Amino acid sequence: MEFAIQAEGLAKSFKETHALAGVDLAARTGTVLGLLGPNGAGKTTAVRIFATLLTPDSGWARVGGHDVVREAGLVRAMIGLTGQYAAVDEKLTGTENLLMIGRLLGMGRAEARARAAELLERFHLEEAAGRAAKTYSGGMRRRLDLAASLVGRPQILFLDEPTTGLDPHSRGELWDMLRGLVAEGVTALLTTQYLNEADQLADEIVVIDKGRVIAEGTPDQLKSQVGGQVLQLRPVHPADLTKAHALVREAAGRARIEGEEITAPVNDLELLPSVVRRLDQAAIPVGELTLRRSSLDEVFLVLTGHRAEPEQPEDDAPDVGEQEKVGTPS
Amino acid sequence: MTAATVTAPLGRKGKVQPLAALRQTGTMAWRSLVSVKHNPLELVDYSVTPIMFVFLFTYVFGGQMAGTPQAYLQYALSGIIVQNTLFMSMYTAMSLNTDLTKGVFDRLRSLPIARSAPLFGRIAADLAKQLWAMLLMLGLGAALGFRITGGLGGFLGATLMLMIFAAAVAWTAVLIGMLAGDVEKVQVFAFVLIFPLTFTSSAFVRVDTMPGWLQAWVNVNPVTHLSDAFRGLLLGGEVAGPVLWSLVWAAGIAAVFIPLAMRSYRSRA
Repeated sequence: MEFAIQAEGLAKSFKETHALAGVDLAARTGTVLGLLGPNGAGKTTAVRIFATLLTPDSGWARVGGHDVVREAGLVRAMIGLTGQYAAVDEKLTGTENLLMIGRLLGMGRAEARARAAELLERFHLEEAAGRAAKTYSGGMRRRLDLAASLVGRPQILFLDEPTTGLDPHSRGELWDMLRGLVAEGVTALLTTQYLNEADQLADEIVVIDKGRVIAEGTPDQLKSQVGGQVLQLRPVHPADLTKAHALVREAAGRARIEGEEITAPVNDLELLPSVVRRLDQAAIPVGELTLRRSSLDEVFLVLTGHRAEPEQPEDDAPDVGEQEKVGTPS
Repeated sequence: MTAATVTAPLGRKGKVQPLAALRQTGTMAWRSLVSVKHNPLELVDYSVTPIMFVFLFTYVFGGQMAGTPQAYLQYALSGIIVQNTLFMSMYTAMSLNTDLTKGVFDRLRSLPIARSAPLFGRIAADLAKQLWAMLLMLGLGAALGFRITGGLGGFLGATLMLMIFAAAVAWTAVLIGMLAGDVEKVQVFAFVLIFPLTFTSSAFVRVDTMPGWLQAWVNVNPVTHLSDAFRGLLLGGEVAGPVLWSLVWAAGIAAVFIPLAMRSYRSRA
């Protein structure tokens, strides 16, 4: 099977809101597809449709070759789902949570127990195995949740913002675990607001905003869509900022001021010498002048027209960290 | 990790086999009961209020109500048990609501299991807890002087009657659990509904001591029928009427609320 996850024309509305307004996407078997977008873009709706929790209003979706509506049972037998919040039973211990899933999936008592122990070890939860999940930290819960989604050895995984609210260390751990799973042949669809998360993990990225796909491709392709590189310069005197901006825009066709810096997409190798010449003629001293690959953040800006802003930390997750995120404060 | 996917007991087209569905229901019931092991307080939660009520009604009200605490206990214990059964049914609503809001149902629904297993498992486990609470209160009552005078048959009949009614009421709890925005709302709703319902009945006081206009309501209140049936079976006496009415009420509640509850369960969980 070429595509483990596939959808065409997927649409879903809730009352007045068009959560999805015709989305096409496909994840090649054995790869990670990153679904990137701000809050309310429709990421979770898409995942819920793929995981058979919602039926689309129109369009179709196939997971593992099975239609998510007509063959929901067969889809469920192939997938694992890790939600935005850790869906574990807080009153049960780590072991019991996994035991429950194993038994539900038809494993015998001994087999379910062995599988639980194996997963708890893999996710570094052996020591907490006998404790109720309500005593777990946020990172531990997320790991238990991921473990719970893996009990049945799913070949296709849906991870809906698996690292939102995690501290940088726990996030790194989760990334490593996901990489390990993909190395074993698992296909994953990962939604995220974290730009570098998609950059780090995804083979291909689909950017959605307001229920529509606004861009897709590999991280590198997306970056080159806004000009492969970005020219960044900082005048010595902030007073020169406006004048320098005008000069760069003249040369590059497009430029913006960010703080005390000017950035412009580079589509033409002549740009750099041209900018230098103009600045020299105008006698504007420059403190810093660099060429760098554009970040996904800038890609997002160009694609959606709105800036990637750090989200307000959630109440229950004060340790969001300093990572950049796409999205507007909710 | 091996590449083999666990073959969940699915038939053709991914339908869950009936036997597998039964086993999944058992697993879900196990899940609801095993948590008691780590939260022994949960058991106390089911038991403290009823025990308090038994003591309170027996020793505070008993003398004035019936001359002696023992005499009143003989009457009121059945009512206390019925009231507690109704309150406890709201635990079903609360725990379902928690599963819903915490995303546990999302996880369960993404598994290749019978859709009804989480619901039936929960109801079965909660009926087991109901049985436990009933036995606890009867035991305590016996220690304080309550006597079952209806014999073993009466005791078994009373138990069965209570469980049938509890099973019917569980479906209203399912509906409330599905509709409520959060657990606190479930609690408020339960309190507002169950308190007046149980006090305007024959649970604690004989109906003929009430004013006529109130009797008109009290005599149709299902709590009255259930209390009379439960008490009559335990103590021996004429029970045909109350038992019949209790069964009619249970059937009526089930007929109305099972479809409503199933519909909201299917759409929300």
